[in-house]
Amino acid sequence: MSETPVHALVERCRRGDQDAWRELVATHSRYVYAIIMRVFRLPPDEAEDVFQDVFSRVFERLEMLRDDDALVAWIGQLTRRLCIDHLRRRRDTLELTDETAGAVDDQLEQLELALVVRQALEGLSQPCRDILDRFFCREQPYVVIGAELGIAAGTIASRISRCLARLRASLEGRQPAQRPSERR
Amino acid sequence: MDDRNLEHLLRLLPPAPESWVRTAQELPFVRDEIDSILERAGSSPTFRDALRKDASGALRQEGYELADDVVAHILRRLPPADA
Repeated sequence: MSETPVHALVERCRRGDQDAWRELVATHSRYVYAIIMRVFRLPPDEAEDVFQDVFSRVFERLEMLRDDDALVAWIGQLTRRLCIDHLRRRRDTLELTDETAGAVDDQLEQLELALVVRQALEGLSQPCRDILDRFFCREQPYVVIGAELGIAAGTIASRISRCLARLRASLEGRQPAQRPSERR
Repeated sequence: MDDRNLEHLLRLLPPAPESWVRTAQELPFVRDEIDSILERAGSSPTFRDALRKDASGALRQEGYELADDVVAHILRRLPPADA
């Protein structure tokens, strides 16, 4: 995650700063992607349309966000709503029962927590960031990680363990993202 | 938070496809061009066919300089062939 304060980043996006927008998309793309693919399980061709729709609307509606620090949760709720709208259009009707809605909310909370972990990961050293991202997020096998990072495959497990310990330490004291102040 | 939980949370956020991210980064800044291209494609079968045959070439000829990912985005939104 960028070190730019969220509200400064959002302000720059509101002014049409393309670099700021690139950063905002890069920072939140995994979160939006995970909601679309893991929570709502849209097929890839439909998922991309929703993904683009989410970011287009985020850009158009940044003025409506009352609390910039609630950006993550706001994006999450927007993604959730667009996924549901998409499923309703595709299936004609979608019964979103209390049980289903509760399960979706639980998964969104997990993803918000995952985003906090991701932010902590971004604060680690480059080698730690790289090895944890490759192994856990990109699911690369030891042999690929070893070849691409130029390290012996036999040392990867211990490096991962050390980096996880650093990640855990850096997470102490962090709080999950705020709830959105503006929802539609 | 134990290692197992931490590993689980790390696995929840794989990267989005790079082309999706690049397109999302570009779209708001070329929205007017895209709307104009799609509007014209909707009303002109000749332009629509030219886009289907060679989108980048057809757009360049019209003076548009758009990234490949954005061109792919436009192609996905073209009206059906018999429209």
